[in-house]
Amino acid sequence: MPTTINLNGKAVSVDASPDTPMLWVLRDHLGMTGTKFGCGASLCGACTVHVDGVPTRSCVTPLSAIGNKKVTTIEGVSGKVAGAVQAAWDKVQVPQCGYCQSGQVMAATALLTKTPNPTDAQIDEAMSGNICRCGTYGRVRAAIKDASKSLGGKA
Amino acid sequence: MSALPVTRREFLKVSAVAGGGLMIGINLGVTSTAEAAAAATGLENAWIKITPDDKITFVCHRNEMGQDVHTSLAMMLADELGVDPRKVTIVQAGSNPKLYINKLLGGQITGGSTSIRDAWEPVRMAGASARMMLVGAAATEWKVPVTECKAENGMIVHGTKKLSYGKLSTAAAKQPLPGSVILHSKSQMTVIGTNIQRLDGADKSRGKTVFGIDVKQPGMLYAAMQHSPVIGGKAVSVDSASAEKMAGVKKVVNIGDGVAVIADHYWTARKAADSLRVTWDDGPSAKVDTASVWATLDKAKDRPGFVAGKVGDVSGPLASGAVEATYSCQMLSHATLEPQNCTARVTKDGIDIWAPTQFPQGAEGTAAAVSGMKAEQIRIHPQFIGGGFGRKLENDFIAQAVAIAKAVPGVPVKLTWTRPEDMSHDFYRPPSLHVMKGVVKDGKVVAFASKMVSPSVTARAFPSVVKDGNDPFMTEGLVNFTYDVPNVELRSVIEEVGVRVGYWRSVSNALNAFATEGFMDELALSAKQDPLAFRLAMLNRMPAQKSALQTAADLSGYTATPIKGRAFGVASMECYDTHCAMICEVSDQGGKVKLEKITVVADAGLIVHPDQATAQLEGGIVTGLISALRSKITFKNGRVEQSNFHDFQLPRMTDVPPIQVAFIGNRDKPGGLGEVGVPLVAPCVANAVFNLTGKRIRALPLEDGGVTFA
Repeated sequence: MPTTINLNGKAVSVDASPDTPMLWVLRDHLGMTGTKFGCGASLCGACTVHVDGVPTRSCVTPLSAIGNKKVTTIEGVSGKVAGAVQAAWDKVQVPQCGYCQSGQVMAATALLTKTPNPTDAQIDEAMSGNICRCGTYGRVRAAIKDASKSLGGKA
Repeated sequence: MSALPVTRREFLKVSAVAGGGLMIGINLGVTSTAEAAAAATGLENAWIKITPDDKITFVCHRNEMGQDVHTSLAMMLADELGVDPRKVTIVQAGSNPKLYINKLLGGQITGGSTSIRDAWEPVRMAGASARMMLVGAAATEWKVPVTECKAENGMIVHGTKKLSYGKLSTAAAKQPLPGSVILHSKSQMTVIGTNIQRLDGADKSRGKTVFGIDVKQPGMLYAAMQHSPVIGGKAVSVDSASAEKMAGVKKVVNIGDGVAVIADHYWTARKAADSLRVTWDDGPSAKVDTASVWATLDKAKDRPGFVAGKVGDVSGPLASGAVEATYSCQMLSHATLEPQNCTARVTKDGIDIWAPTQFPQGAEGTAAAVSGMKAEQIRIHPQFIGGGFGRKLENDFIAQAVAIAKAVPGVPVKLTWTRPEDMSHDFYRPPSLHVMKGVVKDGKVVAFASKMVSPSVTARAFPSVVKDGNDPFMTEGLVNFTYDVPNVELRSVIEEVGVRVGYWRSVSNALNAFATEGFMDELALSAKQDPLAFRLAMLNRMPAQKSALQTAADLSGYTATPIKGRAFGVASMECYDTHCAMICEVSDQGGKVKLEKITVVADAGLIVHPDQATAQLEGGIVTGLISALRSKITFKNGRVEQSNFHDFQLPRMTDVPPIQVAFIGNRDKPGGLGEVGVPLVAPCVANAVFNLTGKRIRALPLEDGGVTFA
């Protein structure tokens, strides 16, 4: 039986079994492949989406857990903070292979939405769940600070 | 200015594009039917295509896995062509080894830090030839001498007259290929050496890039597998009753090294694959465990092996009181963040493969071998690679996808591995033992001997390359020994251990550098000298190397007498035509070691894209930290004991210190950079740990040797 979810601001109907992780609902059922599969066990952050604004590992979040909550993916993330984050990612030239970067951008956007002027320790805490196998960590940190600054923070 | 050898001209070929336009391609040479067919479709053999709508297309023959090859090669082309590289459309080339061979590696391969070095002349020459033909077309049109026409930002200009490349492209195709081509000198380059944004960067920050795992094809089905728990094992029998009852399951296929379920969605396939009850024959590697691996290597260490380098005679000096030590490097998984995957469609006429691959030629050969079809019936569509590091030089997942897709003719099937499958079915970085001997006299090294004992990747992957016990990829890090020592002997011993091994970013340079640079510090200690001064004194015959090391010392704030609780570690080497030096500063944090900063200096020759060259060294250092800190692959009963990122811990943001990168030097050709940042990390961190704690750790990862990193 189809389930209706609130995805990127729209009601979307999905015909998937309730135990299907949101990651695969997005990627296969809805064809939205911006959210990436990395570990399947909430260990790498590549699949990060926002559920009611909270960064959430979609690989371990079943469709049945979504209910009425609002899901935002890399395809739908928008607004001042996300715009500043992506502009900073461009300016600092963060991505290499790019595979983890959807998750990094989602995690950084959630961080700056909640904490507009994060300390290094807060950046560490918010971002250390996101693995970048290419090693762009220094640039991720620099871009978060740049985005914070462009949003009016002191970083 | 440098005029190119005329022979290169034969490499290029010009053609008219159907419907108008100019195409500069590569000379097909032998024209088989298949190649003629490929040529007829237009782009398969091209490098540049300019069409009347002013669209400039660059068919990039190397694969993008983060190393910036799309942008860097487009910059090289644009520099000669006289266009803004941001206006160049990149199309990824398929498999055509005759046209797209990497002459530094002998195949259509992206690896070995070779892409820019290999393309340096031909890609720029293609751009220059196109530009000259456009100039020729404009000069003919305007009836003026070619010498009075200039190429400027996609236009040919003469006085106040201007024509765009697109408008000239059809006429340019009728111009002869230039008889001689003069490439830009360093001072004439306007694109090379500048910092533009990566052409693929913005999409990657917005989830728009299509990696192999993201491929969609009409009517596509999904496959998930159960792999033999031991690499090399086989499925003897399969009970698929419960899987076949699941809604959405289309087929269960035993492909030998595993059993696959094809279903309408990935999650269905995954659940069904997990429900299979398979009886396995574990095969020949069932008894391999970590202890047996090291015992096998240890037994082989007295074999003479292959002499990779020899200066003078070490036997005399070594007979009288040598310093001796044994180093070792652990096995590692590549752990590309994008798990292995491949989409294949098999019809009676041919096979299409969509895959993240560093080796399209190998993918083609593999698909042909698995299917029994001819190479020309195989179409490889290489995709963006979500991390390669050497893993995607392998074609195991491509062979599986073809075998699975054969079961549903005409239907594209996407195979996606899980992380545990990926980690337990890798081609691991080889375990290596290094027997080191050295003699110091009057403060100088008078003899240095190194013997590496390890299984050979090349013996498996490219067996014909290994001759007389020499795997040339095993002697990396030996043959490029930089120090001026009167007696040197460098050996390699191939010893198989029952583990499937593969090329891992920087290959043997990383293995041998850990031993050589760690041991060099031990020799400095025995000579009672500062490790930096000790090395500098042995680099007088290699000024670029000496300069890199001295600059790294200057930038890092290196001192032979750091304050209490602080220490530095030094390491230096030449690899991939690049001179590199690295200094790591550490501090004592209540018994834990904190990495404070890593400074790296490279003379990598002419730098095409400085910002991304810097990024390669930054990322290379993080890859080096995988090996240095705590990651390892171990075996028990033939099974890999690690399964995911909780027990194969990759460096996270909190593990990585600030990294300072500087380039020096004044050569007029590029050196390699993709792997250069990796090898020196483990030795320079190990040396810093010794200088801080007095603990000399000779086995990787360092945390197994009794240090904990903060």
